[in-house]
Amino acid sequence: MYEKTAEHFSLKQKKLPEGHLLVNLGPSHPSTHGILQNVIQLDGERVVDAESVIGYVHRSFEKLGERYTYNQFLVCTDRMNYVSTPLNNIGWILAVEKMLQIEVPDKVTYVRMIVSELSRVMDHIICNGILGVDLGAFSGMLHLFHHRENIYQVLEKLTGARLTTTFCRVGGLEKDIYPEFEKDVKTIIKGLRPAIEEFQSLLVNNRIFMDRTEGVGGISAEDAISYGYSGPNLRAAGVPWDIRKDDPYMFYDKVDFDIPVGEDGSVLHRTLVRMEEMRQSLRIVEQLINGLPTGAHHADMPHIYLPDKSKVYKNMEELIYHFKLIMHGIKVPKGEYYMATEAANGELGFYIVSEGEKSPWRVHVRRPCFWFYQSFPELVKGSLLADTVATMSSMNVIAGELDC
Amino acid sequence: MKETIQSFLKDKFPHFISKEEEILTNLPTFFLKPEGIVPVLFALKTAPGIELNYLNDLTAIDWLGKKTPRFEVCYLLRSGNKSSTKVQFRVALEEDEQVPSIISIFKGANWPEREVYDLFGIRFAGHPRMDRLIMPDNFQGHPLRKDYPLEGFGQDYLVEDLLTIHLKEDMEA
Repeated sequence: MYEKTAEHFSLKQKKLPEGHLLVNLGPSHPSTHGILQNVIQLDGERVVDAESVIGYVHRSFEKLGERYTYNQFLVCTDRMNYVSTPLNNIGWILAVEKMLQIEVPDKVTYVRMIVSELSRVMDHIICNGILGVDLGAFSGMLHLFHHRENIYQVLEKLTGARLTTTFCRVGGLEKDIYPEFEKDVKTIIKGLRPAIEEFQSLLVNNRIFMDRTEGVGGISAEDAISYGYSGPNLRAAGVPWDIRKDDPYMFYDKVDFDIPVGEDGSVLHRTLVRMEEMRQSLRIVEQLINGLPTGAHHADMPHIYLPDKSKVYKNMEELIYHFKLIMHGIKVPKGEYYMATEAANGELGFYIVSEGEKSPWRVHVRRPCFWFYQSFPELVKGSLLADTVATMSSMNVIAGELDC
Repeated sequence: MKETIQSFLKDKFPHFISKEEEILTNLPTFFLKPEGIVPVLFALKTAPGIELNYLNDLTAIDWLGKKTPRFEVCYLLRSGNKSSTKVQFRVALEEDEQVPSIISIFKGANWPEREVYDLFGIRFAGHPRMDRLIMPDNFQGHPLRKDYPLEGFGQDYLVEDLLTIHLKEDMEA
């Protein structure tokens, strides 16, 4: 088994020098955050060479996208970044809506943005919390998990599901917000603000944490751009790119928020950038929740948005639309579109090629993880084995997003 | 932006433009010949006023039965200095044609090129390691090709090799 692995990956084709050891981290390993493998060549405790092997959770979403209708593909996007599901849903739906050139009511956009930002907080809690756990600081994660649970409960009330939310529909939301939505979100913000401060002080005042993260696994801004980094990992390297500012979608040009920027792209800076992003997200949510408009939760377009079920049984028009939408799907006009949104890990792009059929001719997902994770061998070369765990953890690799 | 790049290409690399076709898209798109992709992208990376220094996306489209040549490799580039400027370059390829790898310009092209090879069977000349990335090494065919069936060719050989379970025999018995 060991020999076979050695032959399989290129770094074993050359004979291992005396005293070197080949370690398989993964495919399923407590510190690999999903099913992916790292083959690491060690000299003592120092990493000489590394190689990443992915593809263990590949589910052919792009192929399925060529068969499913536009609304059906939404459930596939749920399973990409399963830590912040609504962000994927919203990215896909925005791309389809842009192709159909439909405008949704303000309320829909507001709710989508609130849920986006709460998901970003959720994702960053996981990333930073688990980084702490990997380095031996367990309590930080526990403190924040209570608040993450609160966000999950809001999502559950809003969509009926916790993990696979399937939140949006083309033309609006799956269902209207529930009456206490505003109050619940305000409670979350109120609880999260001090908790984030506490969490950060737990980490940065910890000598062990600082020693193990400062200057570890760093990347220069130039390399980060060359590798196609995006999101917090790119900003930690000192590049202030954020699609919410550079190419605003939804109402991101109308809210106030700052973009945190790090310096050397190390584990510490990635962590701190995420910390600050959580605060900025809460700032956005606060601005939005105070001005939440009232009105319908979908655009008035019966040929695109599924009609109310109670009307389907009584009215002929609604019955026809219902039948057409279920059987034939939405016909998106011929054309191509690339829609990039700022997901928790970085630029999540949906590239759709439509030939005017009920399902796209080609769907491509630009996953942020896929682009920055390929630099992993370069980041860990020369560091210690324990640092590889910290590096990978702080990059926030989500296997579902990596393989798609 | 589109006009700037258009005049830049016509000025310096007119022999690399393969055709001018208007397609319905939100991205300015340029068709290049395979041999032109490396010099053009390298020049545009530093060209003053354009600076497409970020490889945003790399993918391919299979136009089986819709267009010839059959494949199109799409390079989506972004200028980081002028916010949100995105430009797409396309190379049309026949089934056995190769396109040069752009790893020398963008390090990040490594995995996406391997992914395109894995799923479409398009080879990138000069890539240091043109192996499968996502599918298992003993996988047959390229799944994102339009003539690859959605259910696969039948994956007995995979199950057999990986798990030594003979699914089909079990079912027949």
